[in-house]
Parts: sequence; C-alpha cells; structure tokens
Amino acid sequence: MAEILDLTALAAHEAMRAGELSAEECAEAWVGAAAGDELNAYLWRSGEGGGEAIETVEAGLAPIAVKDIFCTEGVPTTAGSRILEGYRPPYTATAVRRLLEAGAPVLGKTNMDEFAMGSSNENSAYGPVLNPWDRSRVPGGSSGGSAAAVAGGLAPWAIGTDTGGSIRQPAALCGIVGLKPTYGAISRYGMIAFASSLDQCGPFTRDVSDAALLLSILQGSDPLDSTSVGLAGGVRVPDREGLAGLRFGVPSELGRDDVDAGVREVFETALAQIESLGGEIAEVSLPNAEHGISAYYVLAPAEASSNLARYDGVRYGMRAGAGTDLLDMYESTRAEGFGAEVKRRIMLGTYALSSGYYDAYYGQAQKVRTRIAEDFTNAFAKVDFVVTPTSPSVAFGLGEKTADPLSMYLNDFFTVPMSLAGIPAISIPAGLAEPEGGGPRLPVGFQIAAPAFGEQKLLDAAYALEQGIGFDARPGGTNG
Amino acid sequence: MIDREQVLYVAKLARLRLSEEEVEQMTGELSGILGHVDRIGKLDLEGVEPTSHVVALENVWRADVPWESLPKDVALSSAPEPVDGAFRVPSPQADA
Repeated sequence: MAEILDLTALAAHEAMRAGELSAEECAEAWVGAAAGDELNAYLWRSGEGGGEAIETVEAGLAPIAVKDIFCTEGVPTTAGSRILEGYRPPYTATAVRRLLEAGAPVLGKTNMDEFAMGSSNENSAYGPVLNPWDRSRVPGGSSGGSAAAVAGGLAPWAIGTDTGGSIRQPAALCGIVGLKPTYGAISRYGMIAFASSLDQCGPFTRDVSDAALLLSILQGSDPLDSTSVGLAGGVRVPDREGLAGLRFGVPSELGRDDVDAGVREVFETALAQIESLGGEIAEVSLPNAEHGISAYYVLAPAEASSNLARYDGVRYGMRAGAGTDLLDMYESTRAEGFGAEVKRRIMLGTYALSSGYYDAYYGQAQKVRTRIAEDFTNAFAKVDFVVTPTSPSVAFGLGEKTADPLSMYLNDFFTVPMSLAGIPAISIPAGLAEPEGGGPRLPVGFQIAAPAFGEQKLLDAAYALEQGIGFDARPGGTNG
Repeated sequence: MIDREQVLYVAKLARLRLSEEEVEQMTGELSGILGHVDRIGKLDLEGVEPTSHVVALENVWRADVPWESLPKDVALSSAPEPVDGAFRVPSPQADA
C-alpha cells in the first residue's frame, strides 16, 4: 500500500497502463489514506453518508480530491458555508465531469474558506484546516483543504480554485505545486461563483509533471461556459532540460515590499539556480502592481455581492426564521447562513456598487486592472516570465491574522496582480525557511507567471527549475 | 470612510440583518479597508479604458439546439419548502 501512496499521479497512471497496478488497488489505497485525515482537510469522503463508493475505470487515473466549491451530482457541496449545508447538487461541474471521463474518480470534497473568501482557511463554517508541516499553523487559503490533502499524503492530487491566489498561496504554504491557468483555460460551469471575472480552476500536485497531466485533462472550451476557450494544442507532460535562452524578470518594486528574510533568501537561491541552469535574470517594472490589492478588494467583493444574492432561502440551501414576511426570511437566512468574512465582503461590494460610489470604486478599479495588465504586457516584451515569491511569509499561526482583515488581504500581494491580468502563474516549492518568530523550517513557494495561454512554456520552465532545485522535503508532522 | 448610518443602509440593500455588535465591528473594519482602497481614487486614470474582460472574446455563439431541462422534481428537490411544483415563500406583505 505504502508504495502506491509514494507514486505520483503520472507514475500511477503509467503503472496502470503497463498493467502493473489496477485502478481498484490504487483507489483502495487512497481511500484508506483519506480515511486517516487528522487535518480537517476533507468535508466529505467517497462512500460517506450513503454516498456512492468510488468507481474506477481500468487503466484510468489515481483518484482526486475536489475542492468543495465544485458541484458534484448527489454529493454534498457546501462551498465551506453553513448556508449550503446538506445541499446535494442536481448536476456536476464540467471540470469534475472531465476528470471522471478521463478515469479519475472523486476521492472526496475538500474544506475551504467560505465561498473561497480567505487566505488561511479559517473562514470555513466547518472549522479550519491544519497545515501538515505544523498543525498549529494555517495551510493557506482559500483552497486549504486541497493543498493540505496533497501535502499531507491524503490525496495524490487535487483541484481547487484561484480568484486572487487561492491555489498558489496554499500550495506555497504546504510545499507543493499549484497552478492558476489563464482565465478561460478551464470551464467554470458548476464551479460555485465568487468573482466571475477572476475565478479559475487549477491543479494541486506533488510535482510539475502531475500539474501538466491534470491541466491536460481539465482544459478545454465548454459550450456551458462562454468565457472558456481552452488551450490550443493541449498540454503535454514537460521534459525540458535547463533554462538556456529564457529570461526571467524580477519586478524592481519587489525590493520595497515587506517580505520575510527567510523567504527572500530562498527566492534569491532560486534565482541563482535559474542562472546556473542557463537562464537569464533581468529586472522588470510593474509600476501599477502595488495598487493590485486595492483594485482586487473592490472588484472581487463587488462581483461576490452580486453572485451571492442567489442565497436567499428559496430554491436551495438553508432557510432561517419563522419568516413573518419575505424580507424577514431573506434577512434571517443570510444573517444565519453567512459567516463574518462573507458578510464583510458582501457589504464592501454592495457599498462599492451603490449609487454615487460606482465610478469612484468599481470604475476606477477596472481602470487600474487595465494598467496592471499593460504592465505585464510591457514586461513580457522584454522577458519570458515574471518571478516573485508566492507569499511574503511562510505559513502563519492559526488565529494570528484573524483580528485584522486588512493584514490578511495584504498577504495576497504577489498573487493578485496575475489574477487581475488573467495570466497563468505557477507556484513551486523552492526550499524551507524559518518563520519570523522562530520555529521549525517551513516551505517557501516560488511563483512564475507567463503571458496568457503560455501554459506549456510555463510548465516546461517550471519543470526544468524543479529538477534543478530538487526540493524533496516532506512534512514531518511537527506539533502533531 | 463609512459611518453607522451608511452601514445600516448598505446592509439593507444587501438583505443582511446585522446585530448591534456586527454593525459596530463592520463600521470600523470597512472604514479601515476603504481607507486602503481609497488610494486608487487618487490615481489619475483619465482616458484609461476600464477592463471589461481579460481575454479578448467577442460574440461567443453556440448552436441554437434545445436540450433536456432539469426535471421539475429535481429542481425542487433541494428547496427548503417545495409545494405543488413551486417554491413556497412567506408572504411579501407582513400582515397578509
């Protein structure tokens, strides 16, 4: 069994195709591993609550953990919210359907910040997820359950969603690979909407090759999502050696930002590794990126306030109150069903869209967005990729930032600009660093961003760098 | 900056009932966040085209072919109070 759990998803797939491993055996091993979840990574596991047991396809793929934001027919889907407790959707998201058709059964649904709003997974109505490297720390968010499941050996791979960093940041904090594809690469049909102009599905994997395999299955246009265009030419598993001929741009504004010393050191070491692999480091300028957080925290809440209007206690989900009248029922249901962060964002978004404030907030933020996209276009005229640390710090302690929403928001500093520009970015583990307050060393993520639809080139370069870095640390279960 | 009256007004627009404690907390927190966000209000972005969509797509069509709709009983199966093939809700008028 242990041997099966040691295989990457690609290796398991190849073993299945060679007839050395049966899909059933593989699924069984992973169902057993998922059953040992002590991290609160799963909200539902295959076979639980009368749900269907895992169905395998011969010569298929390893089973996959799915963020609880994806609708799965007949299987509980809560988006981490009390308001959807007990909800079993009547249809399946396109991304999940594509996985099932490719032979990857759903291993379970993973915990997340409520409606994907958060950077620590502490906003889940079902309790926080613990970081497998140090259980007193957060796994990052909002896809914290997916990241912790893969890093903690509870799933071979997983999918999540990224609106402003919700794949890349938890991948970094858990020491695994996370990829946010180009907006439009993967269908959003059946993915519970947070901020529709930013939301994108993507992979969590142990290595870059698995991320490529997973993206190759997920990507594609879908008539049910008119913003999905897919990736022309598909995606193949990378095999690039070295980085000769490639230019990596480091934003000059980076020096002014608040980055922990340990994170900066790992980042600098990775830059040196790029050079030793034949790549070139250059300075680029993203002068408007510093306004990314401000623009994002107008746009995302504005879109959320509109998207979340559907939770009104009428068609699905919970209904609260005796309901003296319709308005009272709406207000009671939303007051009881939503958590503090979701309420805060709905309020922020409703305010930004309200009469008299629209131009000053939403209109202005959309212009900043244009400027940030132009910054990247200008940078990519000079370099192939833009690189940054994924997160300014390693995993922080549970409860450390919950009292101050703004400090939590600022944590997304390096991931939000790419989301606003709609471009692909990957986080790969680059090393370990000691937290600012001391303690055991924790993973640091290295972010690489590429022009829109440049996923293949991005994966090729990330693969070559991954081989050079040779990160092979695993969670030791400290404080366990 | 946002004051208590504005918080109550926005909550009403958003169909959110806030407790007295939440109103107070929200007033402080939203003011802090808006204080940060207000920085973009000072930028000179005259003439900059606002982003409406990050990927240049125009007129995405699909074939006008009817397909199976969600059966009524399935559509109603998740509702808190389905009745006679419809979604039952409290009366819009308090005294009705």
